Amino acid sequence: MEQKLYLDKKRYGAYVKGRAARSHVFSNCTNAFLVGGSICTLGQALLGFYGQVLGMDERASATGVSVSLIFLAALLTGIGVFDRIGRVAGAGTLVPITGFSNAVTSPAIDTRSEGWVMGVGAKIFTVAGPVILYGTLSGVLYGTVYYILSLFL
Amino acid sequence: MQDLILDCVKAFLVGGAFCVIAQLLIDLTAITPARILVLYVCSGVFLSAVGLFEPLRRFAGCGASVPLVGFGGLIARGVREAIQKDGVMGILSGPLTASAAGIAAALTFGFLAAVFFKGKPKKL
Repeated sequence: MEQKLYLDKKRYGAYVKGRAARSHVFSNCTNAFLVGGSICTLGQALLGFYGQVLGMDERASATGVSVSLIFLAALLTGIGVFDRIGRVAGAGTLVPITGFSNAVTSPAIDTRSEGWVMGVGAKIFTVAGPVILYGTLSGVLYGTVYYILSLFL
Repeated sequence: MQDLILDCVKAFLVGGAFCVIAQLLIDLTAITPARILVLYVCSGVFLSAVGLFEPLRRFAGCGASVPLVGFGGLIARGVREAIQKDGVMGILSGPLTASAAGIAAALTFGFLAAVFFKGKPKKL
């Protein structure tokens, strides 16, 4: 006796696609977690190094960590390694400050041929521009509320 | 030494968690990476404004300050400090003062990378 498939071709296709998408999301998240966590851990180790070994104060160390990670990401973007890591890591390299650095460096390198002013000079802000704009606007909005509240409290 | 290891574990877990949230947003909604960056910076300002960011940063260290929410937290702290010091003008002088080092570093290294490295032709 011929055994009947419970799912017809179309439903089976949808089922496979759904399972694949879910496992895709899971592995993407795992990669993002591991790589993103590692970048933050590297930052934490650098923070300890700047603070305890070089004797920098807390704020200088924190700034040093940001600058170091930004430098590292710009260098890796330049030699083409960052994109390869980023393809696997997804949000793992995007969300840390390395993603901001990459978003500045990558268009700067790619637009050299369009000139140094309207090519590199303008396109370097392709992603940094929105980030700086809305970051500043949020800050001004918060500052306004904070200032008004400080008058009454 | 033990403190350092514990700090690193906390940074790993919290930093990783921020990345997972962003990855879920990318995979499950149609949000673009650039919007993630904007969203995270604005969220950082908000978290700091409602008083959640500083405790998180004290707990997780670089796990909170290295993700882009930390950039927002820095902006918010800069605004608070500038207003306490300069009054009303601090509203405008604060946001970019605190984030100046990060922005200047990214622009400088980005520009230098454009000077020293040639972009690969885009594969179609």
